Amino acid sequence: MAEDSVLGFLQNNEAIPDSHQFAASVGIDHNELENVIKSLRGFEIVDAQEFQKDRWFLKEEGRTYAREGSPEVQLFNAVPPEGISREELQKKVNPTVFKIGSSWAVKKKLVEIGRQGVSRKVDYVEDKIQGFLQQIEKGEVVDEKDLGELKNRKLIEFRPLKGYSLRKGPKYVSKRKKAATDLTREHLLRGDWRDLEFKEYNLSAQVQPIQIGYLQPLLKVRDAIQSIFLQMGFEEMPTNNYVESSFWNFDALFQPQQHPARDSHDTFFLKVPSSTRELPEDYVAKVHRVHESGDYGSLGYRYKWKREEAEKNLLRTHTTAVSARMLYSLAQQKSFSPKRYYSIDRVFRNEAVDRTHLAEFHQIEGLICDRGLTLGDLFGVLEDFFARLGMAKLRFKPAYNPYTEPSMEIFSYHEGLKKWVEVGNSGMFRPEMLLPMGLPEDVSVIAWGLSLERPTMILYGIDNIRDLFGPKVDFNVIKNNPICRLGLE
Amino acid sequence: MPTVSVGRDCLFQALGRSYTQEEFEELCFEFGIELDDVTTEKEIIRKEKHLETEVGGEDEEEVIYKIEVAANRYDLLCLEGIARALRIFIGKEEIPIYKFREIPRESMLQINVSKATSKIRPYVVGAVLRGVSFNRANYNSFIDLQDKLHQNICRKRTLVAIGTHDLDTIDTPFSYEALIPQDITFIPLKQVKSFRADELLEFYKSDLKLKKFLHVIENSPVYPVIYDRNRTVLSLPPIINSAHSALSLRTKNVFIECTATDLTKAKIVLNTMVTMFSEYCDSKFEVEPVEVVYPDDRQFEDCTSEGIFKGKNIYPDLAVTVMDIPLSVITSPIGVSLGVAEVIPLLNKMQLHAKEKLVAGNNVITVHVPPTRSDILHPCDVMEDVAIAYGYDKIPKTKPKCMTTGGQQPLNVFSDKIRGEVSRAGYMEVLTWLLCSHEENFAMVKRKDDGAKAVTIENPRSSEFEVVRTSLLPGLLKTLKHNIDHRRPIKIFEAGDVVCLDGTRDVGASNNRRLAALYCNVTSEFEEILGLVMRIMQVVRKPHEPANDNFIRPSNEPEFFPNRQCYIIFKDKQIGAFGVVHPEVLEKFRIPDPCSFVEIDIQALL
Repeated sequence: MAEDSVLGFLQNNEAIPDSHQFAASVGIDHNELENVIKSLRGFEIVDAQEFQKDRWFLKEEGRTYAREGSPEVQLFNAVPPEGISREELQKKVNPTVFKIGSSWAVKKKLVEIGRQGVSRKVDYVEDKIQGFLQQIEKGEVVDEKDLGELKNRKLIEFRPLKGYSLRKGPKYVSKRKKAATDLTREHLLRGDWRDLEFKEYNLSAQVQPIQIGYLQPLLKVRDAIQSIFLQMGFEEMPTNNYVESSFWNFDALFQPQQHPARDSHDTFFLKVPSSTRELPEDYVAKVHRVHESGDYGSLGYRYKWKREEAEKNLLRTHTTAVSARMLYSLAQQKSFSPKRYYSIDRVFRNEAVDRTHLAEFHQIEGLICDRGLTLGDLFGVLEDFFARLGMAKLRFKPAYNPYTEPSMEIFSYHEGLKKWVEVGNSGMFRPEMLLPMGLPEDVSVIAWGLSLERPTMILYGIDNIRDLFGPKVDFNVIKNNPICRLGLE
Repeated sequence: MPTVSVGRDCLFQALGRSYTQEEFEELCFEFGIELDDVTTEKEIIRKEKHLETEVGGEDEEEVIYKIEVAANRYDLLCLEGIARALRIFIGKEEIPIYKFREIPRESMLQINVSKATSKIRPYVVGAVLRGVSFNRANYNSFIDLQDKLHQNICRKRTLVAIGTHDLDTIDTPFSYEALIPQDITFIPLKQVKSFRADELLEFYKSDLKLKKFLHVIENSPVYPVIYDRNRTVLSLPPIINSAHSALSLRTKNVFIECTATDLTKAKIVLNTMVTMFSEYCDSKFEVEPVEVVYPDDRQFEDCTSEGIFKGKNIYPDLAVTVMDIPLSVITSPIGVSLGVAEVIPLLNKMQLHAKEKLVAGNNVITVHVPPTRSDILHPCDVMEDVAIAYGYDKIPKTKPKCMTTGGQQPLNVFSDKIRGEVSRAGYMEVLTWLLCSHEENFAMVKRKDDGAKAVTIENPRSSEFEVVRTSLLPGLLKTLKHNIDHRRPIKIFEAGDVVCLDGTRDVGASNNRRLAALYCNVTSEFEEILGLVMRIMQVVRKPHEPANDNFIRPSNEPEFFPNRQCYIIFKDKQIGAFGVVHPEVLEKFRIPDPCSFVEIDIQALL
C-alpha cells in the first residue's frame, strides 16, 4: 500500500520533499513508510535523502488530551446545567481528570466550586487545547502564541525529527516485483516461480546445527580396524569375560608366578569373587610341571608353583587370556584346523593414571595358528595389516615377552614426526605355552597386539587419553569428529 | 623393562670405538636394547631434586646413556655386561669361559646353615672373587648392579638378597642362622653405633630406601643373619650388611653371599655378579667356589655338582647347559635356509658356543649356554638369537598360506546394529569406564549393596576403582555432568558390558551386554525415552514372530521417580527398566535438569 503510493506519486511528480507530510497526506503511518523507503533505497528504486528538522511532539499527557479532550473541558462537560454535588461529580469523572480538571476549570472560570456543589459559570466551552494538540500530532504548524499554555503545562516537547526526501532512483519502476525467499509449494502450483525474483542467499550466515545422532570416535576406529581383520580372513574371539583367573591370564601363558606383572601394583585382583572355582585339571597339571621343573624340551622356571596363586581372580590384563582359552579349546578338537583369530576389547591395568595411561583401555589382538608358520610369515602379515592402517614402513626390534619367542616390538616410520615410533608388540607363542594345551608339535602361533587408543590418538592428534575415552570427553569432540578413513587407501 | 645408566665414554672405550648417537641407536635396535635417554649426572640430580637451574658450573661433564634392556637379561644390567655382549655381537671379543679357581678341597670356604633358616629364608649361595682391581667407576657399577638385581629378579629383595664383603676382614667358616632379633647385635653399614636387630628395624622405618624391605622379615619371630667364625655379623639379610666387612675401593678379595626363598633365582643372581665382575680379577673370569652345608634335606634339592664335588652344594653353579638342536628347529621357524656353517657364527655373536654334531645323517648343532644366559630355557630361545644375529631386516617377508574365513561374534554384530539404530534415533554415543567407586554404583543411584551382585576389587589404587559397574547409569550421569553446559536437549547412549557375580561360571562372574540411553532437557520428557524403547523393541523383532506389544509393566525401582517408570518384559523375563531419573539421584551427580533414562539387557534380545 505504502510502496504503491510512493512509486505512484513519483510516476507523476518530480519528488516527495518530506516523507512526514507525505505520510500524513496519504494517511499512512510514518514508521511503515520508513521501512518501505529503506527497502526501495536498498534496491536503488528510489533515491532517498535523509534530513532532520526540529519540531514539537506530544508528550504522554498531551497525547491523552488530544484523544480525550483537556481535563478542564471534560470536567465542564460533566457538570450538568443545574449543577452537581462535589461527590456526584467525583463519581462521574476519573480522579486524575477531576484533580487536574477542577483546578484548571476554576482558574479558567468555567465552573465554580462552592459549598453547595459545582456549577457552570459559562454555557459552552470550545476545547482549544485539544484542537492544538491534535494539530501538532498531525505535524501541522501551530501559532507560537498558542503554544504557550501547552509548553507551560508540559504537554509538548521540542525534538529533532528524521525524515526523507525522495526522488526516482536509477532502477525506478512503477511497480516492483517481490523477491521470494524460498521456493514453496504454492509457487509450484501457481507456476509463478518463473516470474519471481529470489533473494540472494547469505552463505556466510551461521547455519543451525542439524539434529542427528553420533558415534563415539574411538569406536569408529574400532569398527574400521575390525573390518580390516575381517577382510584378512580373521574370526572374532568371544572376549566378553572381563573377570579372569590368574591361571588363564598368566600361568597358561608361561608367565611365572613371581613375574612383576602379577604384582598388585600392576593387576587388579578381586576381593569378590576372589578365586576361580574350577580349572581343567589335566591341563593344570601340565602347566604346573612346565613351570616348576620344565617339560617339552624346556628347563622351566624351577620354582615352587602354587595352585592358590593360579586360582586368584583378576580383571584380565590382556585379551591374550582369551587367546589361551581359544587355543586350548582348539587343541581339544579331534583334528587340527588352522585359525586366524582377532579381538578388540577392554583390558585392565592397576597402573598410575596419566595423560597417556588409563586403568582400562582396549587391546587389539590378532593371531594365526597353523602348522609350520615362520617369522617371515609374521613380518609379512604385519606388513599387510599395518599398511591398511596407513603404516607402510615397518621395522622389528628384538624384545622380551614371557609367552612369545621370538618377541618383537613393531616400529613404524612416522612421516609427521620424522622418526620410528613403537606401534605394537608381536611374536611367536612359546612351546611351553602351546604344548601343554595339547596342540600338535608342528603347530605354531604368530600373534601381535596393540592398543586401540594409541593409534587413534595419533590419528586425530589427541594428546590426552581422557579426551578420547571416559566421562570427561567433550560432546563437541564427538560431534565434530570426522569419519574414520582407515582402510580407505 | 629395566633401564641401566652407563657413562657414554666408558661404554665407547669398552667397545673400542666411538659412535654417533644414530649409529649407536641402530646397533641397539639390531641387538634388542634401546637407548632410552641421553643425559648427564648433573641433569639427573637436577631432576631428582626438581631444580630449575643448572647444578654446578658449565664445565664439561660426562654424558650418561640410559639403556633399556630386556627384563630377562640380567647379564645386561651393568656396563660390563652391555659392553661385553655388544663386543661379542660385533665380533670384537671371543666368548669368555668362566671357570673355577683351582683350590685344594680342604681350603674351600664354607657356609654352614642352621635348621631354623628354613622358617624364614631357606637358601644361601656364595662365591669369592680374588684379586679384584676396583676403581671409582667399576666400584660404582658393582654397587649399581646389586641395586638393579634387587629391583628386578630379586623382586625387591623378597626372593633374593645380595651381600658383598671384604673377605680380608672376616674369617671362614661362615654360618647362616635364624635367630630371635634380640640376640642379634651389630654395627650396620653407614652407622657408627651398634644396634640390636629389632631396634635397627625400628630405626630404619624412617629410612626412605630401606623401609620398603623391612616387611620381608619384620613379622617373623626369627631374623636371618650371617656370622663369621668369630661371631662377627656379616649381614642381616635382606636389610643391611655390617659396617665391619664393608667393601671399599681398596678391597682385593670379595665374598658374595645371596640368601633366598627361591634357589634358582639365587643361583642366577650369584652367577650374574661373578660373571660380570670376575672381569676385574687378577685371573680374568676366574671364580673361587664356596660350599654350602645344610643340616637337612635341603642339601639334596639342589645337588647338581659333578666330579669331585659330587654330593656337595658347591657354588656358583657355572655349569653350562648343553642343548642338541636339529638345524631345522632353528631355521624353519625363522623362514630362512641357512647351513650349519652359517648358523654357528650367528650363535657365537650371541655368546653361545656351538659345534656341529651329526646324528643319523641329520644336521644337529650342539649349543653351550653359558651361565650368563639364564634367559635361555628352550631351543626356541636359541632360534631367536640366531634370528637376531641374522638380522630381522634381512628375513624375507612371506604370507601365511592357510585359508580361513572371517567372522564376527553374533553378540557384537547385534550390539553394533543396535548402536546404529540408537544413533539414527538422534542419540550421541559415549564410552565410559567399567571401574567406578562403590558409592557411584550404589548409594548415588539409591541402590543398596546386597553383596550378591558386584565384582569388588581387592587392591584399588583409589576410590575410582572399587567395583566393576553393574549398571551403565552412573557412567552416563558422570558424562552428562562433565558436559552440563551443552545445548539442550542432550541425548546420549552407550552400548557396553556390565559384570555381575554369576555362580554358573568357572570364575564366578559374567559380562552382560547392555544398552543405556539418557535424555536431559528442561522437562523430563518421559515420552522421548518411551519412544526409544518402542523403537528398539520394534526393530529387534524377528521376522514371522508375532509382535509383542505388551512389554511394559509398572515398576518401582529406587533410581527412578515414582509412577514415572516401567519394566521392559521380554519372553516373561524382565530385561530392563526406564523412567524419569529420581531427583535425589540427579542431586548426587549435581545435575540441575530433569532426565529420563533407559537400560536394557540386549544380550537377552539377541
